[in-house]
Amino acid sequence: MNRYPFWKYAIIVIALLIGSVYTLPNFFGEAPAVQISAGKSSVKVDALVQERVEQALKAANLTPEVLSLDNGSLKVRFDNTDNQLKAKDAIQHALVPDANDPSYVVALNLLARSPAWLTALNAAPMYLGLDLRGGVHFMLQVDMPAALTKKAESLAGDIRTGLREKNVRHSGISRNGQTIEVRFRDMATLEAAQRVIQDQFVDLQTTSAPDGADFKLSATINPVAARRVQEQAIKQNITTLHNRINELGVAEPVIQQQGTDRIVVQLPGVQDTAKAKDILGRTATLEIRMVDDSAEARSAEIGSGPVPFGTERFLERSGQAVIVKKQVILTGENLTDAQPGFDSQSQEAAVHLTLDAKGARIFKDVTRESIGKRMAILLFEKGKGEVVTAPVIRSEIGGGRVQISGRMSTVEANDTALLLRAGSLAAPMEIIEERTIGPSLGAENIAKGFDSVTWGFVAVTAFMCIYYMLFGVFSSVALAVNLLLLVAVLSMLQATLTLPGMAAMALVLGMAIDANVLINERVREELRNGASPQSAIHAGYDRAWATILDSNVTTLIAGLALLAFGSGPVRGFAVVHCLGILTSMFSAVFFSRGLVNVWYGRKKKLQSVSIGTVWRA
Amino acid sequence: MEFFKIKKDIPFMKNAIAFNAVSFITFLAAVFFLFSRGLHLSVEFTGGTLMEVSYSQPADLNAVRDQIAKIGLTDVQVQNFGTARDVMIRMPAVKGQSSAQQSEQVLTALKTTDANVQLRRTEFVGPQVGDELAADGLKALAFVVIGIMIYLAMRFEWKFAVAAIIANLHDVVIILGFFAFFQWEFSLPVLAAVLAVLGYSVNESVVIFDRIRENFRRYRKMNTVEIIDNAITSTISRTIITHGCTQLMVLSMLLFGGATLHYFALALTIGICFGIYSSVFVAAAIAMWLGIRRDDLIKHTGTKVEGDPEDPHSGAVV
Repeated sequence: MNRYPFWKYAIIVIALLIGSVYTLPNFFGEAPAVQISAGKSSVKVDALVQERVEQALKAANLTPEVLSLDNGSLKVRFDNTDNQLKAKDAIQHALVPDANDPSYVVALNLLARSPAWLTALNAAPMYLGLDLRGGVHFMLQVDMPAALTKKAESLAGDIRTGLREKNVRHSGISRNGQTIEVRFRDMATLEAAQRVIQDQFVDLQTTSAPDGADFKLSATINPVAARRVQEQAIKQNITTLHNRINELGVAEPVIQQQGTDRIVVQLPGVQDTAKAKDILGRTATLEIRMVDDSAEARSAEIGSGPVPFGTERFLERSGQAVIVKKQVILTGENLTDAQPGFDSQSQEAAVHLTLDAKGARIFKDVTRESIGKRMAILLFEKGKGEVVTAPVIRSEIGGGRVQISGRMSTVEANDTALLLRAGSLAAPMEIIEERTIGPSLGAENIAKGFDSVTWGFVAVTAFMCIYYMLFGVFSSVALAVNLLLLVAVLSMLQATLTLPGMAAMALVLGMAIDANVLINERVREELRNGASPQSAIHAGYDRAWATILDSNVTTLIAGLALLAFGSGPVRGFAVVHCLGILTSMFSAVFFSRGLVNVWYGRKKKLQSVSIGTVWRA
Repeated sequence: MEFFKIKKDIPFMKNAIAFNAVSFITFLAAVFFLFSRGLHLSVEFTGGTLMEVSYSQPADLNAVRDQIAKIGLTDVQVQNFGTARDVMIRMPAVKGQSSAQQSEQVLTALKTTDANVQLRRTEFVGPQVGDELAADGLKALAFVVIGIMIYLAMRFEWKFAVAAIIANLHDVVIILGFFAFFQWEFSLPVLAAVLAVLGYSVNESVVIFDRIRENFRRYRKMNTVEIIDNAITSTISRTIITHGCTQLMVLSMLLFGGATLHYFALALTIGICFGIYSSVFVAAAIAMWLGIRRDDLIKHTGTKVEGDPEDPHSGAVV
């Protein structure tokens, strides 16, 4: 009666095999490595880069242990940190000639030392959270009202232009918070204006009301458009953060949107928080200035003369020098948007800029007065300026829509648009949560978590073996299998393991033994009531099952609640807790029964079972 | 080896009123301390900055306090964390000053006396996050309570669901009471521990209820009180051994887990001790007072789908 059909044993063996394979990578530890990833959206890490890296390493007399290219990043593993550092220098030298303009990010990292066949199976060690490996965690809140205000500001300018084009006379446009207010002398013009706005501005919804002697038309951004503005704002801020973090040279940065208006940034291994924060909070600024085309400036441009008074010398991205006047015409504050696109006539790649009302007016005046002259668009980052482009003004440009074109590829247009947008974040951000964990603390936390699990495990198994004899041994083996499966599942899912997660591991083992205690107590009870050993085992397992299921479901409900509502450390706890309960159902009931069946199942005339003292009343 | 040789059923229910009185008084005390002293909430809930620094020798806390006071930060708590060499500094959020500036300032100030002081960890939480965490914690608690009640009501009967939740919620309040009385720090991991305890001690009640149901089917001549007494007596050995094993694990966390896991493990310890008490003495008694009867459960067995068909006693009921 205590026999499993063949397929059940097969399931057990397969589960154990898979479990062992995926747990295995955790034992190999990690080796120093250099990771190369793209620093700009326009460059890719591909086989060509791999070749260059290989050559650079050969030139430096370094032989990597493993060199692998996946997911757009190249990882080169070494046997010790000395070689790793040497290799980083060599690769950096070969790939990044200019440290201020990195096309590639060359970062130090740790790679699993597991053999190639394990990596081929996608078996990787558990993914350690920041509290275990050290690093910085930030949560940033995007100021959405500011993004909407900015949008409203630019729409106000557009309305002004739109009404002028249609010859609708108004007596003033103003922005009040996120509402645009337009005043009119009579109702008829108001209605005409309302029609214009409804036709041309689908993003706006309007209401009208009399205001003293005047009539007031209020336009607000409708909810659909508002949501779109917010989505764009957060996306743009994430892109900006990506670009900035690339400069830090972090191997595996995590930049994720959380909720509708938050961004989580995790930088494993980074210790210099001050620098990280500096870079995250940095704003690149955009400036538009006129190019000095005088003879002195020309000679200064080629380097044969001094830079004239009142001008500055900047480099274009091509390396060409440009002499620019110090007077600033416009700054990035007046820029509301920059999008890549195409010139409507020449079909050349172009960048379309949108200026706000004030910017548009200044731009129009300047361009009218300076036809035929050159204008420079500069980007300042880290206090260093660079000329993005310096086109010749062909005609007066009004309406606040500016197009930069000529000598640009589509990729460059994309890049420039991104840079210009990145110059000003779509909306300001504020750090609302920040955590820094030193590397020594991380290592200590791993040791503490590991010790807790180990000693708890030893204590529980020792007790079980003494108290329940052979059945205790079965229970202990089942508990070990539970741990094995849990680690395997965590490695497979690459769920983040944190210190609370390790605590959950210990706790779940302590709870999982409950199932075996229930079973063993039940078997003893059956024996006490005079059942034969075989039927006692059978009844013990069967009767305990309903109880085990009930109690695990209630524990699981608590675990799921933590998973659903928890954040940060609580979530790390909940993931391990829930997975542990699920694996415990398999190991404590199904697997331990298998062990018992193998041991006792074949013995037809079983006289006694080794389950400790069974007293008789 | 066998710890429990119980010949006769222990008359737990005869003393139910006494047990519940003890429980009720502890509960009232816990509520009293919660209101009079309040919880000592961690930075995660209140918002502010937390720094952990480590010295090469045992740190002089008063000197640290003086140095911080010198740079004009007020309302700062300084205490040892784990060892005498590690110091934890908690600062409330200051308007117009980022946490980076704050922690930098403090570290520079500390470095003036001991250049070897090392920053181990900083944590900054904005006030808006704290409010959300508290709200999410309450939501999670509500979810657990409702989820467990629905499950127990389906699996057993509403009276059991109510009894189990009352008994175990009172565990939660008692844990919170301990944290309020001793002013232990209530952090996110502690919250996780409290909710885990809630799920865990409901287990206990479930095991006993399961026995009560089984006894109703098996012993047709016993009355409710006898049935409950028998159920508790026959599961007491398992209850104590299971809790003992879980406590072994928690103890290991308390001993080896360091300061970070200290309060987490402490919350679990209290939860486990009171969990035994409440599920054994309180939950069953409340179910009894709510008037559980044989019919409540027998009716269930007729329609029960999840029941094990191999159970030799399930047939005997009809």
